[in-house]
Amino acid sequence: MESQALLVLLLFVLVLSIFLGFELINKVPSTLHTPLMSGANAISGITIVGALLASGGEGTFSSVLVGTFAVFFASINVVGGYLVTNRMLKMFKKK
Amino acid sequence: MIAFFQSSIFVNLAYIFASILFIFGLKMLSSPETAQRGNLVSASGMLIAILVTLAQNEIIAYEYLLVALIGGLIVGVLASSLVKMTSMPELVALFNGFGGIASLLVGVAEFVNPSSSTLIQIIAISFTVLIGGITFSGSLVAFGKLSEIISGKPLILFGQRFVLSALLLVALLLVLELIISTGLLNISSQTILFILIGVTLILGVLLTAPIGGADMPVVIALLNSYSGLAASSAGFVINNNVLIVAGALVGASGLILTNIMCKAMNRSLSNVLFGGFGAASSSSEGSGQIQGEVKPITAEDAYLILEAANSVLVVPGYGMAVSQAQHVVRELGELLEDNGCEVKYAIHPVAGRMPGHMNVLLAEANVSYDVLAEPDDVNPLMDTVDVCIVIGANDVVNPDARENEGSPIYGMPVIEVDRAKTVFVLKRSMAAGFAGIDNPLFLKENSRMLFGDAKESISTLVSEFKT
Repeated sequence: MESQALLVLLLFVLVLSIFLGFELINKVPSTLHTPLMSGANAISGITIVGALLASGGEGTFSSVLVGTFAVFFASINVVGGYLVTNRMLKMFKKK
Repeated sequence: MIAFFQSSIFVNLAYIFASILFIFGLKMLSSPETAQRGNLVSASGMLIAILVTLAQNEIIAYEYLLVALIGGLIVGVLASSLVKMTSMPELVALFNGFGGIASLLVGVAEFVNPSSSTLIQIIAISFTVLIGGITFSGSLVAFGKLSEIISGKPLILFGQRFVLSALLLVALLLVLELIISTGLLNISSQTILFILIGVTLILGVLLTAPIGGADMPVVIALLNSYSGLAASSAGFVINNNVLIVAGALVGASGLILTNIMCKAMNRSLSNVLFGGFGAASSSSEGSGQIQGEVKPITAEDAYLILEAANSVLVVPGYGMAVSQAQHVVRELGELLEDNGCEVKYAIHPVAGRMPGHMNVLLAEANVSYDVLAEPDDVNPLMDTVDVCIVIGANDVVNPDARENEGSPIYGMPVIEVDRAKTVFVLKRSMAAGFAGIDNPLFLKENSRMLFGDAKESISTLVSEFKT
């Protein structure tokens, strides 16, 4: 029963976040489409939280191993994503 | 004190704080003045989320994860600092794929962990694997096409749609078997998961391979959205709100971009994904051959016209990226401005290989972002423009989109350069554009073709101005 209540709560959060996402992004000028995409891409690296828990947590050798690979890929996504977005945004200047 | 930082209430509050930073960061990304700070705000949210996770007492061993973290850090720093701005689309595609595979692996790690998974978790794992796998292999194919490791042409296999639907059905049946475990297949649930991973990887390839290079902006935006959904779905696997919120934000932003790209091409998403556009567009032949002749112009003559012009509109396309002409284009723009001419840049949303591709290149070349205009801003004033310089753009300036109902791109919003007093088209040869469609613009009375490499042609113009 408790897990059902949790599921409902998580779904609630999901639905509200999707609506929030639509509202937030709706008015982005096309000039910024690329940085927006790569910045959002970096945010999707948040899955690194799950990866860290799997890699460092109690588990079998296989779950730790799989988690470690997940950490590797997610951290490339996060670090590379933010840096490259920053590099692009630095160039957008008004004279 | 340490116990407090490890308590679940602190960790969850920190996750909420991280979510708030993501939201503000995305909000600030929507204006050029605040965008760079917005990215930093969002990055600090990520840093907070990572640090509190590392401090949790659920984490008992640090050796492996630190090695992986540092490895990822090094690769990320190198890749992001070494990449050329023109190669940005493929790098974004690659990072996106890594996000997808990471989510997939989070799902797998939870699945192979013997601590019993609830039904909800198993459903969430299945979806994470499904979306994560499609994101990963789809992004790799997009990466291959964009970096021209594999052909950018639409690749349509025989019975593509049938194979695709069949595989999708197989994937759904496997998911169903994982959830209700009927035991009909007589194989372990882990084996089923691995088969499911294989199927999703093939699905990702099949979904992306048929899409041509010119449609890449749509695909990248869509894969971006998928990577967010995969992260969100992984949030359900580990019951974590910050994954759900951040993933959903990315999913929504990717979908909005996808929609903007589709509208800019006047096509539906399913038409982009399954239409095989450009592979079968020879149907319009015969219906009213285009009349007129091609009128080439030399750079010297083009200079004389530009020198007398009061307003110039530059329309860049993928060709500008290919010849790396953005820096000389900026130089020409500055010389024209010094000459008392008004210079603007009109950028079509789907010009290039990813959303906003041209804007990034011109920003790299130091063009002020307030002279970068969208088609809706420049079209009403087109009649007053003296010279339009079309640099390696083709389909986004095709007048057939307005005039020829039989054209495959009829109805697509285009930059109406043919209404300007004079149009210079910089082009390597008379070959048709990426979509393989004839462009009557080249034959119009006011069009002049400046053949050759765009960078060389513009360099010649620049040196004419300087002498």
